[in-house]
Amino acid sequence: MKKTDIAIIGGGPAGLSAAIYAASLGVKIILIDDSLKLGGQLIKQTHKFFGSTKQFAGIRGIDIARQLLNKIEKYKNIEIIPNATVTGYYKDGILTVVQGNRNERLIKIKPKKIIVATGASENMLPFVNNDLPGVYGAGAVQTLMNLYGVAPGNNVLMIGAGNIGLIVSYQLLQAGIHVEAIVEALPKIGGYLVHASKIRRLGVPIYTSHTIKNVYGTDGVEKAVISKINKNFEFIPDTEKELKVDTICLAVGLSPLSELLWQAGCQMKYSARLGGYVSLRDGNMKTNLDNIYIAGDVAGIEEASSAMIEGKIAGLNAAISLNYKCDNYRELNEDLKDELNELRANPLSEKIKAGIKEVLIEKGVK
Amino acid sequence: MRIKEHPILEFNPGKKVKFTLDGKEMEGYEGEPVAASLVAAGVKVLSKSIKYHRPRGFFCAIGKCSSCLMKINGVPNVRTCVTKLEPGMKVETQKGKGDFN
Repeated sequence: MKKTDIAIIGGGPAGLSAAIYAASLGVKIILIDDSLKLGGQLIKQTHKFFGSTKQFAGIRGIDIARQLLNKIEKYKNIEIIPNATVTGYYKDGILTVVQGNRNERLIKIKPKKIIVATGASENMLPFVNNDLPGVYGAGAVQTLMNLYGVAPGNNVLMIGAGNIGLIVSYQLLQAGIHVEAIVEALPKIGGYLVHASKIRRLGVPIYTSHTIKNVYGTDGVEKAVISKINKNFEFIPDTEKELKVDTICLAVGLSPLSELLWQAGCQMKYSARLGGYVSLRDGNMKTNLDNIYIAGDVAGIEEASSAMIEGKIAGLNAAISLNYKCDNYRELNEDLKDELNELRANPLSEKIKAGIKEVLIEKGVK
Repeated sequence: MRIKEHPILEFNPGKKVKFTLDGKEMEGYEGEPVAASLVAAGVKVLSKSIKYHRPRGFFCAIGKCSSCLMKINGVPNVRTCVTKLEPGMKVETQKGKGDFN
């Protein structure tokens, strides 16, 4: 059995930031990540980030990941357990971890505090034959082409014109892969217009108030049928279009990966604005359980910049709760919260802010 | 299909190694996910579903969806999207629940 001060579950932007912040205060950390490479979704992002300099504005996601990983390496008090899944949280405070997927190894960890930064998984969309090979989640498409240089297909239909749908479409074009069209069920493009404009300039049509109805093929996607939909998301007859594509990329939202929080007994609440069930938490990212903190998409679907700040807040506060010294704690904590507010001071963040209000534990209220 | 040119990214794959898929010789790069090597080689079907034997391909890439479960070196239900390719691996298309035979 391994003992540690803080176990951090998830090595994406939130988990890495939490680890760096807490480690800088001397805290002993074990970070568990389930993928082959640390960095979460950052390691696939070729676009430059927005925000202020503090939040890596103007830097590509892949380079932000590199900076965070370089910092992580410098701390001897951070132990990394890669390619490992936390499979359970037990009442005596023990986490069970399974590492590898052939010749697996079981590891038991007893941490004093836990920061859950497990991120999110992609939503599925119901349509006929949606299980055919060639139908991918947008994250999978990014992994294949941006991490391993493998093209997922030759001609792609993107479902969803939120930021992920737009960005991944652009990444496909960068990789020399044809994007036939983007369909969006809502009457309006959901993502930033900067991204949408880049794609339109490259000649890719974006069909709003449209969705995918059917794909056809035997051992893989051979064609897709899209249709116009009305305000109630019902198909409008005689508006179908047939597209010759071999790949469908789903970018229809994310759901928090919150299984561990459910199991640990966190008080879960459904918030459509935050993308699904999330745990109640206070302004310091502590859940209703004293030893569990959350950060990043598992606390509500947002993006990497805010995930990194939430990670820092969780790391700092978990460290302070273990009586580690930080001379200007109050000031730092307030600064981080101000930074988060600044980042959310735009019309697109109204939804997130309203969502957080639904799950926020106010000071002094249980 | 491999991406040959990219304006931002540089791909530095590992060593080229040989493995087999259902007995047929294949090539991939050591250390990349087995499922990525297969997609690069144009393989679409990784497994067949349990009840209706429908084809299943690469879907989530994070070891969560079960679509890429295959038999590797005789062991069924290996998540090939998060398993690194090793030289000489015996990869088999999995049908249904999979078995050790």
